[in-house]
Amino acid sequence: MIWDWQYAFDILPDLLYAFVRFTLVATVLGSLLGATLGLVFAIIRRVRVPVLAPLVGAFIEFIRSTPLLVQLFFLFYVMPLAGLTLSALTTGVIGLGVHYACYYAEVYRAGIDGVPKGQWEACRALSLPPRYTWQKVILPQAIRKVLPALGNYAISMFKETPFLALITVPEMVQQAQSIGAIGFRYVEPITLAGLIFLAASYPTAIALRRLETRLGH
Amino acid sequence: MATETALESAAVPAPPGQPIIRFDKVVKRFGDNVVLRELDFEVQPGERVTLIGPSGSGKTTILRLLMTLERPNGGSIWVDGEPLWEVAENGKIRTGSEKHLRRVRKKIGMVFQQFNLFPNMSVLRNVTEAPVRVLGMHQDEADQKARDLLDRVGLLEKADARPTQLSGGQQQRVAIARALAMEPKVLLLDEVTSALDPELVAGVLDVLREVAETTDITMLIVTHEMHFARDVSHRVMMFDEGQVVEQGPPEKIFTAPDHERTQSFLQAVVEQR
Repeated sequence: MIWDWQYAFDILPDLLYAFVRFTLVATVLGSLLGATLGLVFAIIRRVRVPVLAPLVGAFIEFIRSTPLLVQLFFLFYVMPLAGLTLSALTTGVIGLGVHYACYYAEVYRAGIDGVPKGQWEACRALSLPPRYTWQKVILPQAIRKVLPALGNYAISMFKETPFLALITVPEMVQQAQSIGAIGFRYVEPITLAGLIFLAASYPTAIALRRLETRLGH
Repeated sequence: MATETALESAAVPAPPGQPIIRFDKVVKRFGDNVVLRELDFEVQPGERVTLIGPSGSGKTTILRLLMTLERPNGGSIWVDGEPLWEVAENGKIRTGSEKHLRRVRKKIGMVFQQFNLFPNMSVLRNVTEAPVRVLGMHQDEADQKARDLLDRVGLLEKADARPTQLSGGQQQRVAIARALAMEPKVLLLDEVTSALDPELVAGVLDVLREVAETTDITMLIVTHEMHFARDVSHRVMMFDEGQVVEQGPPEKIFTAPDHERTQSFLQAVVEQR
C-alpha cells in the first residue's frame, strides 16, 4: 500500500466541497433545529402545558429509544407515502435536528432546574411577567450553565452525519467512497475524510473544554 | 358567597382606617405539618411590625403567603382591601387571575434572606427592570430613580458592577433598592441579615432604619436582630406553633413579656448572641 500524495491532493477539493456543502450544512442546521426545538420541548415540560407536556415526554422517550438511522429511513421512505416529500438534505437536517432535540431537551432541563428557586421568587416578588422571567432571568442563567454540554452534542451530531449517506445525501464520507470506487483506491479518500473530521472536531472540543473551565464547571 | 362581594368591592379604594394587611383564619399546612392555625391579624398602613418566634413557627410563611409564593389551605388574606386569593364555591382556594394577582402583588415588595439578585444583569439593571417592564416607566427615568436609590443605600459607584462582584451586605442593599424601586406600600423583610457575615449586618440594618425613618411604608419584618426590631417596629408579634402568642409595643415585649413562651424565647436568643 503506497500513499499517493498527488492523488490525495487531486481529490481534496471534491472532499472539502462535500464537507462544506453537506456535512457542515447538515451539522449547523441540525444543531440549530435541535437546540431550538429542544428548548421548546424543555419549556413545555417544565411549564407542564396540559396535553402537550405528556405528549412531548412520550415523544422524547420514543426518539431516545430508537436508532437515528431508523428515524432517518422513516422520514426518507415513509413520509413521502404520506405526501411529504423533501430533499434528502432537508430530510437529514430534520432527522438529526429532531433526534438531537430530545437530548438537548434533557440538557436544558438540567440547566433550568439548576437555576436557584430564589430567582423565580424574586421575579414573582417584582411582578415580572412569566415571559420576561423565562427570557431574561431563567434561560440566560440556565443556558450559560449547559453551553458546554450543548456543544458536546453538536460535535456528536457532526460525527453522525455520515449516516445521511444512507438516505442519499452526498456528504463527505459518501463522496470519499465514490471517489475511491472509481480507481479502487480507498486509502487516500477515506483517510482524508477522517482527517477532515478530526481537524474540525478536535479544535471545537478543545474550545468547549476551555469554555467549561471559564464558566467554572 | 362572601367572596363574590369581596371581589366586586376590589376596585373600590380602601376607606381610611382600613388595615393594609388582614389575615382572616388563615390555615397553612405543609403535608401533615400545620404551620398556621386559623391565624388572624391586621396591620395598619404605615405600621412596622416585627414577627418573632422560634424557627418553624410560621413567620416566614406569613411573608411568603403575602407575596403569593405560597398558597393558603384556608381562610383569606386581604391586602389594601383586596383579597389575594379567590375562594371557590366548594371552599377550595384558587389563584385569582394573573391580572388580579399582579395588581395586588405590585403593592408588596420583598427582600429575601438570600438576596436573589439577578446575576446576569448589572446592579443598575437589577433595580430598573421591574419599574420598566412592570410599571412601564421610561428607561431614562428608571435609571435616574435607580441611581438615586443606589445612592441612598451607599452603592452608587457599584451601579455597573455585577451582583457577584459585591459582598453579601452590598448585594442585600441592592436588593432593598430593587424592592423600593417598585414603590410598594408594604415591604416584607425575610431574615434579611441571616445570611450575612456579622460585620456586614450593621450596614444593611442602617439602610433599613433610614427607610423606616424617612418613609411611611408598611413593614413586616422577620428577624433575629432584636435591637433592630426594638428600634424600628411599632409592634412586635410573638409566634409559636402557628399562632400569635403575644403582641405589643417592643418596649413591652422585650422588657416585660407576659407569656412564658416569649420569655424563654427571648432568653434563648440573648444567650445565643
